[in-house]
Amino acid sequence: MPSAFLAVFAKSPIKPIEEHIRKVLAASEQLLPFFAAVYNKDWDTAAEVRKVIVSLEKEADTLKRDIRVHLPRGLFLPVDRTDILELVSQQDKIANKAKDITGRVLGRELEIPAPIQQEFNAYLQRCIDAVALACEAINELDELLETGFRGREVDLVIKMVAKIDEIEHDTDEMQISLRKFVRKSESVLNPVDVMFLYRTLEWVGDLADTALKVGSRLEIMLAR
Amino acid sequence: MEILAQYGHVLVIVAALFGFFMAYGVGANDVANAMGTSVGSKALTLKQALIIAAIFEASGAWLAGGEVTSTIRSGIVDAEAFKQVPQLLVYGMIGSLLAAGTWLLVASHYGWPVSTTHSIVGAIIGFASVGVGMDYVHWDAVGGIVGSWVVTPLLSGVLAFLIFMSAQHFIFNTDSPLKAAKKFVPYYMFFAAYIMSYVTVTKGLKHVGLDLSTNEGILLCFAIALVVALIGAFAISRLKIDPDADKEMHFTNVEKIFGILMIFTACCMAFAHGSNDVANAIGPLAAVVGIIQSGGQILDKVSLDWWILPLGAIGIVVGLATLGAKVIQTIGENITHLTPSRGFAAEIAAATTVVVASGMGLPISTTQTLVGAVLGVGMARGIAALNLGVIRNIFVSWVVTLPIGAFLSIIFFYVIKTVMEAL
Repeated sequence: MPSAFLAVFAKSPIKPIEEHIRKVLAASEQLLPFFAAVYNKDWDTAAEVRKVIVSLEKEADTLKRDIRVHLPRGLFLPVDRTDILELVSQQDKIANKAKDITGRVLGRELEIPAPIQQEFNAYLQRCIDAVALACEAINELDELLETGFRGREVDLVIKMVAKIDEIEHDTDEMQISLRKFVRKSESVLNPVDVMFLYRTLEWVGDLADTALKVGSRLEIMLAR
Repeated sequence: MEILAQYGHVLVIVAALFGFFMAYGVGANDVANAMGTSVGSKALTLKQALIIAAIFEASGAWLAGGEVTSTIRSGIVDAEAFKQVPQLLVYGMIGSLLAAGTWLLVASHYGWPVSTTHSIVGAIIGFASVGVGMDYVHWDAVGGIVGSWVVTPLLSGVLAFLIFMSAQHFIFNTDSPLKAAKKFVPYYMFFAAYIMSYVTVTKGLKHVGLDLSTNEGILLCFAIALVVALIGAFAISRLKIDPDADKEMHFTNVEKIFGILMIFTACCMAFAHGSNDVANAIGPLAAVVGIIQSGGQILDKVSLDWWILPLGAIGIVVGLATLGAKVIQTIGENITHLTPSRGFAAEIAAATTVVVASGMGLPISTTQTLVGAVLGVGMARGIAALNLGVIRNIFVSWVVTLPIGAFLSIIFFYVIKTVMEAL
């Protein structure tokens, strides 16, 4: 029995967006056990972890498509539709990046040099921190809706985004220091490995970069 | 004239039957829109919603339904025109009930968003302009009624916007939303109770046999509103606040307090709906009964027969109890993301608008008023996603319903006339 009144309400994109970034975070967090296996040159375990990441990325993809399908033009939303679509697309890039990193490292069985393993791990952890904070900020969306996207709740989220910015800055510094080490060791390392190491460092850093982009999108969404 | 004397009882019974079924249809379908909001935001269980709807629909119909009933009965058509041929008015009113009922059946079968009010108004205009001539339709009154169909959704939208913004200002955007909610929610109850009771007292209590002066009325309303607010404050103070629940979603406990407010606004909504929509079913019936009891005379001011409003009220309750439950459940399950703080704003705004329209004798669409209110909350950025296409559907349904209601009632009018004259 369809109802005129019921027809007013469209499917809310907010829960799916929150769910999407949680999937994205879960995929990024799997990079820790993945690299733990890489440090040990345990390629079988690394391959197993990669499978988990790939399946999480797929689930995130499905959610992303679902959100897009349910956001046709002509919906009345409390925030800009294009902002939502852009936000989800940025979120999705994080999961893709996590997948790509594992693919590249596993494909080449790239070893992380023992002297920088600890520092590399701290760097990775910091990048994942940025994603986790972005996830936390996105999960404030239902609270933002409660407060009509204004007032204290907005200030709170803006502060969270500023924090992501700080973390991203940290990761930049860490990346510079890691690159310095790789540069110094260029003569002892396999040149192709060196190229791959640089690339891996960049891609891991992209996790934090994209997390910041998610935060900025959220900020733009709120600044209306 | 002889026809009325001879077949008067039969005609009254037929009209009562059709009127009852219209009321039944209103109870089965329209009430669900009013109550579904409360069930959807989990403020009420289905059973509670049914009990509240039954009590307040019936009392709304009985206490505040008189004005709209008299508009439907004698406000649209000029009764003077029927002085010589009162039987035509009787046929026409019965035909209108049949026409509106038929159209609603067809429309609800296909799921079209059609308003009971628009159907019956269209039907009455239809038979009157064909049966006696265009000149005898009160076009200015019709203009006012149709105008109110635009104004009421807009008005309730603006009202909902303001109420929601005030809740944001006084409650959500404060240091301690929980404390603020406890403090301010009773005020909203007071506001709504005052308006509801004011319209009822000034417009409805006379025919129940209570005649109060203006000051007495204001005092009584004030007392009623105060009692309601105190009951609300008491209920809130007894509410269990669970700090753990706020970890996932910071406003869970605040919403619980709004949940109590929503039980109350659901009562208002049911009352307002009863006061307006029951007239669609029993207005024509009242006209028929009035003519036949006076032996064919058309009197301008006849008091409503005592059994007519209760008949409509019972019809609504029976419809609600048999079919309405399922519809409410469907709506309740499908309205997600309408938390009590939004639902309350929409319901208070819609109920207030509808009850004021009832007091002015304007037959309006409760559903469209509620849609207007929901869009108002949406404009205040309070709802995750709304379909604007609904506005187009509503517009199309008007454009279609008025002529179809008119066309069907003309057909039924001639059929009934032919049958009666052949007797």
